[in-house]
Amino acid sequence: MEAFLHQIFAGIANGGIYASVGLALVMIHQATHHINFAQGEMATFSTFIAWALINAGWPYWGAFFLTVAISFALGLIIQRTVLKPVEKAPVLTNVIVFVGLLVIFNAVAGWIFDHTIKSFPSPFPKGTFFETKYFSAHDIGSIGVTLVVLVALYCFFKFTPLGLAMRAAAQNPESARLVGVRVSWMLGMGWGLAAAIGAVAGMMVAPIVFLDPNMMGGILLYGFAAALLGGIDNPWGAVIGGFIVGVLENLLGAYVIGTELKLTVALVLIVGTLIVRPDGLFGKAVVTRV
Amino acid sequence: MPELLEVKGLKASYGPTQVLFDIDFALAQGQITTILGANGAGKTTTLRAVCQAVRTSGSVLFDGQQLVGKSTESVVRMGVAQVPDGRGTFTALTVEENLRLGAYVRKDKAEVAVDLEKAYARFPRLKERRNQQAGTLSGGEQQMLAISRALMLRPRLLLLDEPSFGLAPLIVAEIFRILRQINEQEKVSMLLVEQNANLALGLAHQAYLLETGRIVISGPSETIRNDETIRKVYLGH
Repeated sequence: MEAFLHQIFAGIANGGIYASVGLALVMIHQATHHINFAQGEMATFSTFIAWALINAGWPYWGAFFLTVAISFALGLIIQRTVLKPVEKAPVLTNVIVFVGLLVIFNAVAGWIFDHTIKSFPSPFPKGTFFETKYFSAHDIGSIGVTLVVLVALYCFFKFTPLGLAMRAAAQNPESARLVGVRVSWMLGMGWGLAAAIGAVAGMMVAPIVFLDPNMMGGILLYGFAAALLGGIDNPWGAVIGGFIVGVLENLLGAYVIGTELKLTVALVLIVGTLIVRPDGLFGKAVVTRV
Repeated sequence: MPELLEVKGLKASYGPTQVLFDIDFALAQGQITTILGANGAGKTTTLRAVCQAVRTSGSVLFDGQQLVGKSTESVVRMGVAQVPDGRGTFTALTVEENLRLGAYVRKDKAEVAVDLEKAYARFPRLKERRNQQAGTLSGGEQQMLAISRALMLRPRLLLLDEPSFGLAPLIVAEIFRILRQINEQEKVSMLLVEQNANLALGLAHQAYLLETGRIVISGPSETIRNDETIRKVYLGH
Protein backbone atom coordinates (compact mmCIF):
# COMPACT_ATOMS: atom_id res chain seq x y z
CA MET A 1 0.00 0.00 0.00
CA GLU A 2 2.80 2.33 0.96
CA ALA A 3 4.54 1.73 -2.38
CA PHE A 4 1.27 2.14 -4.25
CA LEU A 5 0.67 5.53 -2.66
CA HIS A 6 4.21 6.52 -3.51
CA GLN A 7 3.57 5.69 -7.16
CA ILE A 8 0.41 7.76 -7.19
CA PHE A 9 2.05 10.78 -5.63
CA ALA A 10 5.06 10.55 -7.90
CA GLY A 11 2.58 10.43 -10.79
CA ILE A 12 0.88 13.59 -9.57
CA ALA A 13 4.25 15.33 -9.38
CA ASN A 14 5.14 14.35 -12.96
CA GLY A 15 1.61 15.27 -13.96
CA GLY A 16 2.25 18.89 -13.00
CA ILE A 17 5.00 19.06 -15.62
CA TYR A 18 2.87 17.38 -18.29
CA ALA A 19 0.11 19.81 -17.41
CA SER A 20 2.37 22.80 -18.11
CA VAL A 21 3.50 21.39 -21.44
CA GLY A 22 -0.08 20.50 -22.33
CA LEU A 23 -1.12 24.04 -21.39
CA ALA A 24 1.47 25.54 -23.73
CA LEU A 25 0.20 23.32 -26.55
CA VAL A 26 -3.39 24.34 -25.86
CA MET A 27 -2.39 28.02 -25.95
CA ILE A 28 -0.94 27.80 -29.42
CA HIS A 29 -3.74 25.56 -30.60
CA GLN A 30 -6.34 28.05 -29.38
CA ALA A 31 -4.62 30.90 -31.18
CA THR A 32 -3.71 29.14 -34.42
CA HIS A 33 -5.45 25.73 -34.50
CA HIS A 34 -2.04 24.17 -34.92
CA ILE A 35 -0.04 21.87 -32.67
CA ASN A 36 3.48 23.13 -32.20
CA PHE A 37 5.83 20.16 -32.45
CA ALA A 38 8.77 22.37 -31.53
CA GLN A 39 7.24 23.25 -28.15
CA GLY A 40 9.45 20.80 -26.28
CA GLU A 41 12.74 21.84 -27.88
CA MET A 42 11.87 25.51 -27.37
CA ALA A 43 11.31 24.76 -23.67
CA THR A 44 14.65 22.95 -23.49
CA PHE A 45 16.39 25.90 -25.11
CA SER A 46 14.77 28.26 -22.59
CA THR A 47 15.99 26.04 -19.77
CA PHE A 48 19.53 26.26 -21.14
CA ILE A 49 19.22 30.05 -21.04
CA ALA A 50 18.24 29.83 -17.37
CA TRP A 51 21.14 27.44 -16.73
CA ALA A 52 23.58 29.87 -18.34
CA LEU A 53 22.21 32.77 -16.29
CA ILE A 54 22.47 30.82 -13.04
CA ASN A 55 26.01 29.76 -13.92
CA ALA A 56 26.83 33.39 -14.58
CA GLY A 57 25.92 34.09 -10.96
CA TRP A 58 22.28 35.15 -11.18
CA PRO A 59 20.04 34.28 -8.22
CA TYR A 60 17.53 31.53 -9.08
CA TRP A 61 14.35 33.61 -9.22
CA GLY A 62 16.05 36.42 -11.09
CA ALA A 63 17.18 33.93 -13.72
CA PHE A 64 13.73 32.33 -13.69
CA PHE A 65 11.82 35.50 -14.49
CA LEU A 66 14.39 36.79 -16.97
CA THR A 67 14.20 33.44 -18.78
CA VAL A 68 10.42 33.65 -18.92
CA ALA A 69 10.67 37.15 -20.39
CA ILE A 70 13.35 36.14 -22.93
CA SER A 71 11.29 33.10 -23.92
CA PHE A 72 8.22 35.26 -24.44
CA ALA A 73 10.20 37.56 -26.72
CA LEU A 74 11.71 34.60 -28.55
CA GLY A 75 8.28 33.04 -29.15
CA LEU A 76 6.95 36.36 -30.43
CA ILE A 77 9.94 36.86 -32.73
CA ILE A 78 9.66 33.33 -34.13
CA GLN A 79 6.00 33.89 -34.96
CA ARG A 80 6.68 37.26 -36.58
CA THR A 81 9.62 36.08 -38.67
CA VAL A 82 9.18 32.36 -39.37
CA LEU A 83 5.46 31.70 -39.11
CA LYS A 84 3.89 34.91 -40.36
CA PRO A 85 4.97 34.23 -43.97
CA VAL A 86 3.12 30.89 -43.89
CA GLU A 87 0.10 32.16 -41.95
CA LYS A 88 -2.28 31.54 -44.85
CA ALA A 89 -0.49 28.43 -46.10
CA PRO A 90 -2.01 24.95 -45.70
CA VAL A 91 -1.64 23.08 -42.41
CA LEU A 92 1.05 20.76 -43.73
CA THR A 93 3.30 23.71 -44.59
CA ASN A 94 3.04 24.80 -40.98
CA VAL A 95 3.74 21.30 -39.73
CA ILE A 96 6.94 21.22 -41.78
CA VAL A 97 7.94 24.56 -40.29
CA PHE A 98 7.32 23.17 -36.78
CA VAL A 99 9.46 20.13 -37.51
CA GLY A 100 12.16 22.42 -38.90
CA LEU A 101 12.04 24.53 -35.72
CA LEU A 102 12.29 21.37 -33.63
CA VAL A 103 15.47 20.24 -35.41
CA ILE A 104 16.99 23.72 -35.38
CA PHE A 105 16.40 24.32 -31.66
CA ASN A 106 17.70 20.87 -30.81
CA ALA A 107 20.83 21.37 -32.89
CA VAL A 108 21.49 24.92 -31.73
CA ALA A 109 21.10 23.90 -28.07
CA GLY A 110 23.62 21.09 -28.62
CA TRP A 111 25.96 23.39 -30.50
CA ILE A 112 25.99 26.20 -27.92
CA PHE A 113 25.65 24.22 -24.71
CA ASP A 114 27.00 20.83 -25.92
CA HIS A 115 25.45 17.42 -25.27
CA THR A 116 26.80 16.60 -21.82
CA ILE A 117 24.12 16.12 -19.22
CA LYS A 118 23.90 19.00 -16.76
CA SER A 119 22.30 19.25 -13.38
CA PHE A 120 19.83 22.06 -12.84
CA PRO A 121 19.01 23.51 -9.43
CA SER A 122 15.59 23.41 -7.84
CA PRO A 123 14.28 26.54 -6.10
CA PHE A 124 12.67 24.18 -3.58
CA PRO A 125 15.63 22.17 -2.21
CA LYS A 126 15.36 19.23 0.20
CA GLY A 127 14.21 20.25 3.63
CA THR A 128 11.98 23.11 2.52
CA PHE A 129 9.19 23.44 5.10
CA PHE A 130 6.38 22.04 2.93
CA GLU A 131 8.18 18.79 2.20
CA THR A 132 6.07 15.74 3.16
CA LYS A 133 6.45 12.02 3.39
CA TYR A 134 5.12 11.37 -0.09
CA PHE A 135 6.14 14.52 -1.93
CA SER A 136 9.57 16.03 -2.20
CA ALA A 137 9.72 19.80 -1.76
CA HIS A 138 10.39 20.15 -5.48
CA ASP A 139 7.28 18.11 -6.36
CA ILE A 140 4.98 20.30 -4.33
CA GLY A 141 6.76 23.46 -5.43
CA SER A 142 6.43 22.64 -9.12
CA ILE A 143 2.77 21.66 -8.79
CA GLY A 144 2.24 25.00 -7.07
CA VAL A 145 4.03 26.84 -9.88
CA THR A 146 1.85 25.06 -12.47
CA LEU A 147 -1.29 26.10 -10.65
CA VAL A 148 -0.12 29.70 -10.31
CA VAL A 149 0.58 29.82 -14.06
CA LEU A 150 -2.85 28.40 -14.77
CA VAL A 151 -4.70 30.88 -12.58
CA ALA A 152 -2.70 33.79 -13.97
CA LEU A 153 -3.54 32.70 -17.52
CA TYR A 154 -7.18 32.27 -16.67
CA CYS A 155 -7.36 35.79 -15.25
CA PHE A 156 -5.49 37.20 -18.22
CA PHE A 157 -7.90 35.66 -20.75
CA LYS A 158 -11.03 36.29 -18.75
CA PHE A 159 -10.52 39.78 -17.39
CA THR A 160 -8.17 41.78 -19.62
CA PRO A 161 -9.07 43.44 -22.94
CA LEU A 162 -5.94 41.98 -24.52
CA GLY A 163 -6.91 38.47 -23.41
CA LEU A 164 -10.40 38.97 -24.81
CA ALA A 165 -8.94 40.21 -28.10
CA MET A 166 -6.72 37.13 -28.30
CA ARG A 167 -9.68 34.84 -27.81
CA ALA A 168 -11.65 36.77 -30.42
CA ALA A 169 -8.80 36.62 -32.92
CA ALA A 170 -8.47 32.87 -32.43
CA GLN A 171 -12.13 32.23 -32.81
CA ASN A 172 -13.17 34.47 -35.65
CA PRO A 173 -10.19 36.29 -37.20
CA GLU A 174 -12.28 38.02 -39.83
CA SER A 175 -14.69 39.54 -37.33
CA ALA A 176 -11.81 40.39 -35.00
CA ARG A 177 -10.22 42.47 -37.74
CA LEU A 178 -13.53 44.28 -38.22
CA VAL A 179 -13.46 45.50 -34.62
CA GLY A 180 -9.85 46.63 -35.02
CA VAL A 181 -7.97 43.72 -33.42
CA ARG A 182 -4.56 43.26 -35.03
CA VAL A 183 -5.01 39.53 -35.51
CA SER A 184 -1.53 38.69 -36.67
CA TRP A 185 -0.01 40.27 -33.56
CA MET A 186 -2.42 38.31 -31.39
CA LEU A 187 -0.99 35.11 -32.88
CA GLY A 188 2.44 36.43 -32.00
CA MET A 189 1.30 37.02 -28.42
CA GLY A 190 -0.04 33.47 -28.32
CA TRP A 191 3.36 32.14 -29.36
CA GLY A 192 5.07 34.32 -26.80
CA LEU A 193 2.82 33.08 -24.01
CA ALA A 194 3.26 29.45 -25.06
CA ALA A 195 7.03 29.82 -25.14
CA ALA A 196 6.95 31.41 -21.67
CA ILE A 197 4.82 28.58 -20.25
CA GLY A 198 7.11 26.05 -21.92
CA ALA A 199 10.08 27.74 -20.26
CA VAL A 200 8.44 27.34 -16.85
CA ALA A 201 7.77 23.66 -17.55
CA GLY A 202 11.37 23.15 -18.67
CA MET A 203 12.81 24.77 -15.56
CA MET A 204 10.53 22.69 -13.33
CA VAL A 205 11.36 19.38 -15.01
CA ALA A 206 15.12 19.91 -15.41
CA PRO A 207 16.01 19.25 -11.72
CA ILE A 208 14.30 15.83 -12.03
CA VAL A 209 15.41 14.55 -15.44
CA PHE A 210 18.62 16.61 -15.81
CA LEU A 211 19.30 19.03 -18.63
CA ASP A 212 20.40 17.99 -22.12
CA PRO A 213 19.20 18.96 -25.60
CA ASN A 214 16.81 15.98 -25.78
CA MET A 215 15.35 16.56 -22.33
CA MET A 216 11.79 17.33 -23.45
CA GLY A 217 11.42 14.64 -26.13
CA GLY A 218 9.42 12.15 -24.08
CA ILE A 219 7.82 14.82 -21.95
CA LEU A 220 6.37 16.51 -25.01
CA LEU A 221 4.59 13.26 -25.87
CA TYR A 222 3.07 13.13 -22.40
CA GLY A 223 2.13 16.78 -22.86
CA PHE A 224 0.36 15.90 -26.11
CA ALA A 225 -1.49 13.11 -24.36
CA ALA A 226 -2.47 15.50 -21.54
CA ALA A 227 -3.75 18.16 -23.93
CA LEU A 228 -5.71 15.68 -26.06
CA LEU A 229 -7.13 13.77 -23.11
CA GLY A 230 -8.33 16.97 -21.44
CA GLY A 231 -9.60 18.54 -24.67
CA ILE A 232 -7.29 20.49 -26.92
CA ASP A 233 -9.46 23.63 -26.62
CA ASN A 234 -9.68 23.61 -22.84
CA PRO A 235 -6.79 24.90 -20.65
CA TRP A 236 -8.30 23.44 -17.47
CA GLY A 237 -8.77 20.13 -19.26
CA ALA A 238 -5.11 20.10 -20.25
CA VAL A 239 -4.08 20.51 -16.61
CA ILE A 240 -6.39 17.80 -15.31
CA GLY A 241 -5.34 15.64 -18.27
CA GLY A 242 -1.73 16.21 -17.24
CA PHE A 243 -2.31 14.86 -13.74
CA ILE A 244 -4.28 11.86 -15.07
CA VAL A 245 -1.53 11.04 -17.56
CA GLY A 246 1.12 11.36 -14.85
CA VAL A 247 -0.63 8.98 -12.45
CA LEU A 248 -1.59 6.44 -15.16
CA GLU A 249 1.91 6.46 -16.57
CA ASN A 250 3.44 5.78 -13.17
CA LEU A 251 1.00 3.07 -12.10
CA LEU A 252 1.11 1.21 -15.41
CA GLY A 253 4.88 1.56 -15.47
CA ALA A 254 5.27 0.17 -11.96
CA TYR A 255 2.71 -2.64 -12.01
CA VAL A 256 1.77 -3.57 -15.56
CA ILE A 257 4.15 -2.86 -18.41
CA GLY A 258 7.38 -1.91 -16.68
CA THR A 259 9.28 1.36 -16.83
CA GLU A 260 10.93 0.59 -20.17
CA LEU A 261 7.60 0.75 -22.01
CA LYS A 262 6.13 3.70 -20.11
CA LEU A 263 6.18 6.01 -23.10
CA THR A 264 3.68 3.77 -24.90
CA VAL A 265 1.12 4.86 -22.32
CA ALA A 266 1.21 8.32 -23.86
CA LEU A 267 0.77 6.93 -27.36
CA VAL A 268 -2.07 4.63 -26.33
CA LEU A 269 -3.81 7.57 -24.62
CA ILE A 270 -3.38 9.78 -27.69
CA VAL A 271 -4.74 7.20 -30.12
CA GLY A 272 -7.43 6.08 -27.69
CA THR A 273 -8.70 9.61 -27.10
CA LEU A 274 -8.82 10.37 -30.79
CA ILE A 275 -10.83 7.21 -31.47
CA VAL A 276 -13.22 7.20 -28.53
CA ARG A 277 -13.68 10.85 -27.70
CA PRO A 278 -11.96 13.24 -30.12
CA ASP A 279 -13.04 16.35 -28.17
CA GLY A 280 -11.30 15.03 -25.05
CA LEU A 281 -12.81 14.58 -21.62
CA PHE A 282 -13.54 18.25 -21.06
CA GLY A 283 -13.55 19.66 -24.59
CA LYS A 284 -16.85 21.21 -25.50
CA ALA A 285 -18.57 21.29 -28.83
CA VAL A 286 -19.53 24.90 -29.56
CA VAL A 287 -23.29 25.39 -29.88
CA THR A 288 -24.34 27.49 -32.83
CA ARG A 289 -27.76 28.41 -34.09
CA VAL A 290 -28.05 29.55 -37.65
CA MET B 1 -23.20 68.91 -47.79
CA PRO B 2 -19.62 67.61 -47.43
CA GLU B 3 -18.96 64.06 -48.57
CA LEU B 4 -17.86 61.70 -45.80
CA LEU B 5 -17.09 58.89 -48.19
CA GLU B 6 -16.09 59.37 -51.79
CA VAL B 7 -15.35 56.34 -53.93
CA LYS B 8 -13.87 56.71 -57.41
CA GLY B 9 -12.83 54.08 -59.94
CA LEU B 10 -12.97 51.31 -57.36
CA LYS B 11 -11.87 47.89 -58.58
CA ALA B 12 -11.72 44.75 -56.48
CA SER B 13 -10.75 41.19 -57.22
CA TYR B 14 -10.45 37.81 -55.54
CA GLY B 15 -7.34 36.25 -57.00
CA PRO B 16 -7.64 36.45 -60.79
CA THR B 17 -11.40 37.13 -60.69
CA GLN B 18 -12.33 40.79 -60.89
CA VAL B 19 -15.60 41.54 -59.12
CA LEU B 20 -15.88 45.35 -59.17
CA PHE B 21 -15.22 47.41 -62.29
CA ASP B 22 -14.56 51.11 -61.74
CA ILE B 23 -17.45 51.93 -59.50
CA ASP B 24 -18.09 55.47 -58.21
CA PHE B 25 -20.34 56.45 -55.35
CA ALA B 26 -20.53 58.90 -52.50
CA LEU B 27 -22.04 59.27 -49.06
CA ALA B 28 -22.78 62.65 -47.54
CA GLN B 29 -22.05 63.34 -43.88
CA GLY B 30 -24.95 62.16 -41.69
CA GLN B 31 -26.81 60.43 -44.49
CA ILE B 32 -27.60 56.88 -45.52
CA THR B 33 -26.56 55.56 -48.89
CA THR B 34 -27.74 52.21 -50.13
CA ILE B 35 -26.28 49.93 -52.75
CA LEU B 36 -28.83 47.58 -54.25
CA GLY B 37 -28.32 44.57 -56.44
CA ALA B 38 -29.03 40.92 -56.97
CA ASN B 39 -26.99 38.03 -55.62
CA GLY B 40 -23.47 38.13 -56.99
CA ALA B 41 -23.68 41.75 -58.12
CA GLY B 42 -20.76 42.68 -55.88
CA LYS B 43 -22.54 44.27 -52.94
CA THR B 44 -20.65 42.52 -50.18
CA THR B 45 -17.40 43.01 -52.08
CA THR B 46 -18.09 46.75 -52.22
CA LEU B 47 -18.23 46.88 -48.42
CA ARG B 48 -15.17 44.68 -48.15
CA ALA B 49 -13.38 47.02 -50.55
CA VAL B 50 -14.26 50.08 -48.48
CA CYS B 51 -12.77 48.50 -45.34
CA GLN B 52 -9.85 46.99 -47.27
CA ALA B 53 -10.68 43.35 -46.56
CA VAL B 54 -10.20 42.48 -50.24
CA ARG B 55 -7.56 43.46 -52.78
CA THR B 56 -8.63 46.84 -54.18
CA SER B 57 -7.42 49.63 -56.40
CA GLY B 58 -8.88 53.02 -57.19
CA SER B 59 -9.71 55.64 -54.61
CA VAL B 60 -11.70 55.48 -51.37
CA LEU B 61 -11.62 58.81 -49.57
CA PHE B 62 -12.97 58.80 -46.02
CA ASP B 63 -13.19 62.30 -44.66
CA GLY B 64 -10.48 63.27 -47.14
CA GLN B 65 -8.12 60.42 -46.20
CA GLN B 66 -7.22 57.66 -48.63
CA LEU B 67 -8.21 54.22 -47.34
CA VAL B 68 -6.83 52.16 -50.22
CA GLY B 69 -3.62 50.50 -49.07
CA LYS B 70 -4.43 50.66 -45.36
CA SER B 71 -5.08 47.54 -43.29
CA THR B 72 -8.63 46.69 -42.22
CA GLU B 73 -7.61 47.22 -38.60
CA SER B 74 -6.41 50.75 -39.37
CA VAL B 75 -9.60 51.60 -41.26
CA VAL B 76 -11.61 50.46 -38.22
CA ARG B 77 -9.45 52.63 -35.97
CA MET B 78 -10.40 55.64 -38.10
CA GLY B 79 -14.04 55.12 -37.09
CA VAL B 80 -15.47 52.78 -39.70
CA ALA B 81 -17.53 50.00 -38.12
CA GLN B 82 -19.06 47.09 -39.92
CA VAL B 83 -22.06 44.80 -39.49
CA PRO B 84 -20.70 42.00 -41.62
CA ASP B 85 -22.27 39.47 -43.90
CA GLY B 86 -23.45 36.57 -41.69
CA ARG B 87 -23.30 38.86 -38.63
CA GLY B 88 -19.77 37.91 -37.60
CA THR B 89 -20.78 36.80 -34.11
CA PHE B 90 -18.04 35.52 -31.81
CA THR B 91 -20.12 32.45 -31.07
CA ALA B 92 -18.13 31.03 -28.15
CA LEU B 93 -17.90 34.37 -26.31
CA THR B 94 -20.67 35.84 -24.21
CA VAL B 95 -22.96 38.58 -25.45
CA GLU B 96 -21.24 41.12 -23.24
CA GLU B 97 -17.77 40.06 -24.41
CA ASN B 98 -18.96 40.53 -28.00
CA LEU B 99 -20.05 44.06 -27.15
CA ARG B 100 -16.82 44.87 -25.32
CA LEU B 101 -14.85 43.76 -28.37
CA GLY B 102 -16.72 46.35 -30.39
CA ALA B 103 -15.07 49.00 -28.22
CA TYR B 104 -11.66 47.29 -28.27
CA VAL B 105 -9.83 50.19 -29.93
CA ARG B 106 -11.35 52.86 -27.68
CA LYS B 107 -9.42 54.14 -24.69
CA ASP B 108 -12.22 56.10 -22.94
CA LYS B 109 -13.33 53.41 -20.47
CA ALA B 110 -16.02 55.43 -18.72
CA GLU B 111 -17.67 56.33 -22.02
CA VAL B 112 -17.55 52.69 -23.12
CA ALA B 113 -19.54 51.74 -20.02
CA VAL B 114 -22.12 54.40 -20.93
CA ASP B 115 -22.39 53.01 -24.46
CA LEU B 116 -22.77 49.48 -23.14
CA GLU B 117 -25.79 50.57 -21.09
CA LYS B 118 -27.12 52.39 -24.13
CA ALA B 119 -26.87 49.20 -26.18
CA TYR B 120 -28.75 47.27 -23.51
CA ALA B 121 -31.43 49.96 -23.37
CA ARG B 122 -31.81 49.80 -27.13
CA PHE B 123 -32.12 46.00 -27.19
CA PRO B 124 -33.29 44.74 -23.76
CA ARG B 125 -33.09 41.17 -25.10
CA LEU B 126 -29.32 41.50 -25.16
CA LYS B 127 -29.27 42.60 -21.54
CA GLU B 128 -31.28 39.53 -20.51
CA ARG B 129 -28.74 37.37 -22.29
CA ARG B 130 -25.58 39.28 -21.47
CA ASN B 131 -23.78 36.27 -19.96
CA GLN B 132 -25.03 33.74 -22.47
CA GLN B 133 -22.85 32.27 -25.21
CA ALA B 134 -23.57 34.44 -28.25
CA GLY B 135 -23.84 31.40 -30.53
CA THR B 136 -27.04 30.41 -28.74
CA LEU B 137 -28.87 33.60 -29.73
CA SER B 138 -31.52 33.52 -32.45
CA GLY B 139 -30.78 35.05 -35.86
CA GLY B 140 -32.60 38.27 -35.02
CA GLU B 141 -30.83 38.60 -31.69
CA GLN B 142 -27.47 38.02 -33.37
CA GLN B 143 -28.28 40.78 -35.84
CA MET B 144 -29.11 43.09 -32.94
CA LEU B 145 -25.82 42.07 -31.35
CA ALA B 146 -23.91 42.75 -34.57
CA ILE B 147 -25.40 46.25 -34.86
CA SER B 148 -24.77 46.98 -31.19
CA ARG B 149 -21.20 45.70 -31.42
CA ALA B 150 -20.53 47.97 -34.39
CA LEU B 151 -22.00 50.97 -32.54
CA MET B 152 -19.70 50.32 -29.56
CA LEU B 153 -16.92 51.79 -31.70
CA ARG B 154 -18.84 55.11 -31.80
CA PRO B 155 -18.32 54.96 -35.53
CA ARG B 156 -18.50 57.89 -37.90
CA LEU B 157 -19.43 55.49 -40.66
CA LEU B 158 -21.40 52.27 -40.28
CA LEU B 159 -21.19 49.66 -43.04
CA LEU B 160 -24.21 47.33 -43.06
CA ASP B 161 -24.26 44.12 -45.06
CA GLU B 162 -27.83 42.89 -45.62
CA PRO B 163 -29.16 43.38 -42.09
CA SER B 164 -32.50 41.90 -43.24
CA PHE B 165 -31.00 38.61 -44.39
CA GLY B 166 -32.81 35.50 -43.18
CA LEU B 167 -34.99 37.29 -40.62
CA ALA B 168 -38.75 37.36 -40.08
CA PRO B 169 -40.48 40.47 -41.50
CA LEU B 170 -41.46 41.77 -38.06
CA ILE B 171 -37.88 41.64 -36.81
CA VAL B 172 -36.62 43.24 -40.01
CA ALA B 173 -39.05 46.12 -39.54
CA GLU B 174 -37.86 46.55 -35.95
CA ILE B 175 -34.22 46.58 -37.00
CA PHE B 176 -34.78 49.12 -39.75
CA ARG B 177 -36.73 51.33 -37.36
CA ILE B 178 -33.77 51.30 -35.00
CA LEU B 179 -31.30 51.98 -37.80
CA ARG B 180 -33.28 55.08 -38.76
CA GLN B 181 -33.33 56.16 -35.13
CA ILE B 182 -29.56 55.73 -34.83
CA ASN B 183 -29.02 57.74 -37.99
CA GLU B 184 -31.31 60.56 -36.90
CA GLN B 185 -30.38 60.79 -33.23
CA GLU B 186 -26.72 59.88 -33.21
CA LYS B 187 -25.88 61.22 -36.67
CA VAL B 188 -24.10 58.03 -37.70
CA SER B 189 -23.65 57.91 -41.47
CA MET B 190 -24.43 54.55 -43.02
CA LEU B 191 -23.58 52.63 -46.14
CA LEU B 192 -26.25 49.98 -46.50
CA VAL B 193 -26.08 47.04 -48.86
CA GLU B 194 -29.39 45.26 -49.44
CA GLN B 195 -31.28 42.86 -51.63
CA ASN B 196 -34.58 44.03 -50.21
CA ALA B 197 -34.91 47.16 -52.36
CA ASN B 198 -38.16 48.46 -50.91
CA LEU B 199 -36.86 48.46 -47.35
CA ALA B 200 -33.54 49.98 -48.26
CA LEU B 201 -35.05 52.72 -50.43
CA GLY B 202 -37.39 53.59 -47.59
CA LEU B 203 -34.46 54.16 -45.26
CA ALA B 204 -31.72 55.61 -47.46
CA HIS B 205 -31.31 59.09 -48.87
CA GLN B 206 -29.22 58.11 -51.85
CA ALA B 207 -29.27 54.87 -53.83
CA TYR B 208 -27.03 53.10 -56.30
CA LEU B 209 -27.89 50.05 -58.34
CA LEU B 210 -25.12 47.55 -58.87
CA GLU B 211 -25.16 44.99 -61.65
CA THR B 212 -22.31 42.49 -62.12
CA GLY B 213 -19.76 44.83 -60.63
CA ARG B 214 -20.87 48.05 -62.29
CA ILE B 215 -23.11 50.91 -61.13
CA VAL B 216 -25.97 51.09 -63.59
CA ILE B 217 -28.26 53.65 -61.97
CA SER B 218 -27.91 56.17 -59.20
CA GLY B 219 -29.97 58.93 -57.67
CA PRO B 220 -31.99 59.99 -54.64
CA SER B 221 -33.93 57.06 -53.18
CA GLU B 222 -37.19 58.85 -53.69
CA THR B 223 -36.66 59.21 -57.43
CA ILE B 224 -35.60 55.62 -57.88
CA ARG B 225 -38.48 54.31 -55.86
CA ASN B 226 -41.00 56.19 -57.98
CA ASP B 227 -39.51 55.38 -61.35
CA GLU B 228 -41.76 52.84 -63.01
CA THR B 229 -39.14 51.59 -65.50
CA ILE B 230 -36.38 51.09 -62.95
CA ARG B 231 -38.74 49.18 -60.72
CA LYS B 232 -39.86 46.89 -63.49
CA VAL B 233 -36.45 46.25 -65.01
CA TYR B 234 -34.17 46.12 -61.99
CA LEU B 235 -36.21 45.69 -58.85
CA GLY B 236 -38.60 43.12 -60.27
CA HIS B 237 -41.99 44.42 -59.18
